[in-house]
Amino acid sequence: MMKQVPSKDAILRINKESTWIEEGDLSFEVNESDGYALEEGLRLKEKHGGEVVVCSLGPQRVKAVIKDALARGADRAIHVVVDQLTNLSPYGAASVLAAAVRAEQPDLVMTGLQSDDNGFAQTGAIMAELLGFPHATIVIEVDASGPELRVKRELESGWYQWYSMPTPALLTIQSGISQIRYASLKGIMAAKKKEIKDVMPDSEAIGRPSQQHIERVYLPQKSKQTQFLGDGNAKAGAVALAEKLHSEARII
Amino acid sequence: MSQGILVFVEHRDGVINKTAFEAIAAAQSLGGELAQVVTVVLLGSNVGALAEQLAGYQLAKVISADNPKLADYTPDGYTDGLERVIRDLDPQFVLMPHTYLVRDFAPKLAARFGKSLISDCVRAKVANGSVTFTRRIFLGKIDADVVADGQAPIFATFQSGAYRGDQAVRGSGAAVETVSVEVGEVRMKPEAPFQEVKQAVDLSKADVIVAIGRGIKSKDNIALAEKLAEALGGDLAASRPICDAEWLPIDRQIGSSGQTVAPKLYIALGISGAIQHLVGMKNSGTIVAINKDPEAPIFDIADYGIVGDLFEVVPTLTEEIKKIKG
Repeated sequence: MMKQVPSKDAILRINKESTWIEEGDLSFEVNESDGYALEEGLRLKEKHGGEVVVCSLGPQRVKAVIKDALARGADRAIHVVVDQLTNLSPYGAASVLAAAVRAEQPDLVMTGLQSDDNGFAQTGAIMAELLGFPHATIVIEVDASGPELRVKRELESGWYQWYSMPTPALLTIQSGISQIRYASLKGIMAAKKKEIKDVMPDSEAIGRPSQQHIERVYLPQKSKQTQFLGDGNAKAGAVALAEKLHSEARII
Repeated sequence: MSQGILVFVEHRDGVINKTAFEAIAAAQSLGGELAQVVTVVLLGSNVGALAEQLAGYQLAKVISADNPKLADYTPDGYTDGLERVIRDLDPQFVLMPHTYLVRDFAPKLAARFGKSLISDCVRAKVANGSVTFTRRIFLGKIDADVVADGQAPIFATFQSGAYRGDQAVRGSGAAVETVSVEVGEVRMKPEAPFQEVKQAVDLSKADVIVAIGRGIKSKDNIALAEKLAEALGGDLAASRPICDAEWLPIDRQIGSSGQTVAPKLYIALGISGAIQHLVGMKNSGTIVAINKDPEAPIFDIADYGIVGDLFEVVPTLTEEIKKIKG
C-alpha cells in the first residue's frame, strides 16, 4: 500500500476557504514509510519468492508513485481511482483498499506506519480488521522463514518486542527498517511493460459519511516567542546568534 | 442515549503509563464542560491493585476488565475486551492517549463500530455542547479543527503532552467494578519486551547538543556540524532520517524512538521539527533552529531562529563562537 503525499520541502499554502491546502502547483512524492514497506516487500520476495503487488489510492497523479514502485521491482500494480480525497476518513480509505486487495488473496499486506500528510496512523490496522487478518504496527524487522510470521515491533523509549502470528497478516512498517534501493535504468525500462490495473471503487463506499470532517485549517500558534536573527542574511544571522548566546542566553 | 466519557488506561509491569493521567485530565476537562461523567477502564488479568490507584481520582467509576488472555497486550485481546466494555457502557466519547500501544489496537477497535479515530489531537474545545478537536497535520506544519459527525461513540486520541497529567483531579474514592470480559481467539503471540544493547552514547547528560536533520543533505556535510559541536564543547545528535540513512549511529537519535534530552543549549540544523523529534528535546534550556523553511514547526519552540541556508550559517557561527571563547 503506497500513498502519495506533498513533498517534504514543498511550501504549503492554505486555500481560500481555509479547509485544506492549495494543491494546484504542489509537488508530490511517495509517503516515506510506504517506501520502506515496498522495500521490505521486495526483500521478502528475493528471499522467499512470490510476487509484489503495489496498490495506491488517489487521483491520476498517484500513477507517478506506482510507476516508481514498478521501476524499483514491484511486479504489477492496482490503482484505486478516487479523485476527491479531502475528508476521506481512514475507515473510508481502508474499506476501499480492503475491497481492492481482497480478491488478490495476499499472504502479506504491508503499509507504512502513518502518512506524512494527514498522519492518521490508522488505515493499515483498520484494513486488517476488515480483511480479518492479524496485524502488527510499527514493525522494524520481519522474519518469514518459520511456519509463522515473526516480527519485531518498536515500543516507546528504546524498547522492542517480537510477535508471531499466522499468515495472511498485515504489517505497518516503520521508516528505517532497511536501506531503500534506487530504481535502475533497467528497472525503469522494465516497468513500462508491467500491468497497472485501474479499479473504480464502489461509489457507495466512497460516498459514505466520513464521521469526522475538517472545519478549518490554519498555521499553528507559536508556543514560544522566537527571536528571528539576520533578517534573511545567513551570515549576519550567525554573527547575531553567537552574540545572543554569549551576552543574552549566557551559554558561551 | 449514549452518555459519558470512557478513558482507556495503559499499564505495563504493574505501572500505569503516565499518559493515562493526561487522558484523564482531558476527559475531566471536557466532562466538566459537557456535564458528563468520566469512567476509566483498564484491561488485564488481576490488575485490581492498579484499579485501586485510579479510584483515588475524581471519576464516576473504575472498570477493571479481566481475562487471563489480557495478561499480555495483544491487539486481538485488547480489541475484544474493550469492545465489550464499550458496548455495555455505551459512552458518548472514548478517549485514549496516542501511544504506540493505542496506535496498535485502537483503529481496529474503532473499525468494529464502523468508525475511525480522531487521532493524535493536540487539544479539544467545547462550544455549544459539541467538541472541536485539533489535529496537527503535514508533519506539524498545519493545524486542523475537526468535528465528529454521526453516532456515538466518538473515538479520539491525544498526543503526549497535550494535557498535563498532574492536573488530573483527585477525588474521594471512585467505585471499582471488576468485570470478566469475553475475549475470542488471540492470533498474535507476544514474546517478552526487551531493550537493545546498552547505548554507547548517553546524550541525556550533555550540556550542549548540535543536532542535524534532513537539511544536512549528505553524509559528507556532517563535518560542518561536528566542527560547530566541537567549538561549543557539545555532542552531535540527529533526527530519525539521519540515523535511518545510517549517516550517524542510532545511539545519536533524539526523539520518541531515540533519546530524550534537555541540554542547556540545543541547536537544530536542518531539522523541520516533526512531533516525534520535538518530544525528545522540547525541554531543552535554549533552543536554536536554523532552517531554510520559515514555516518549519521547529521554529514554534525555538528561542532563536535563523531562516537561511545552514551551509552559510554554520561556518560563520563556528568562527564567531571560537572568537568569543578566545
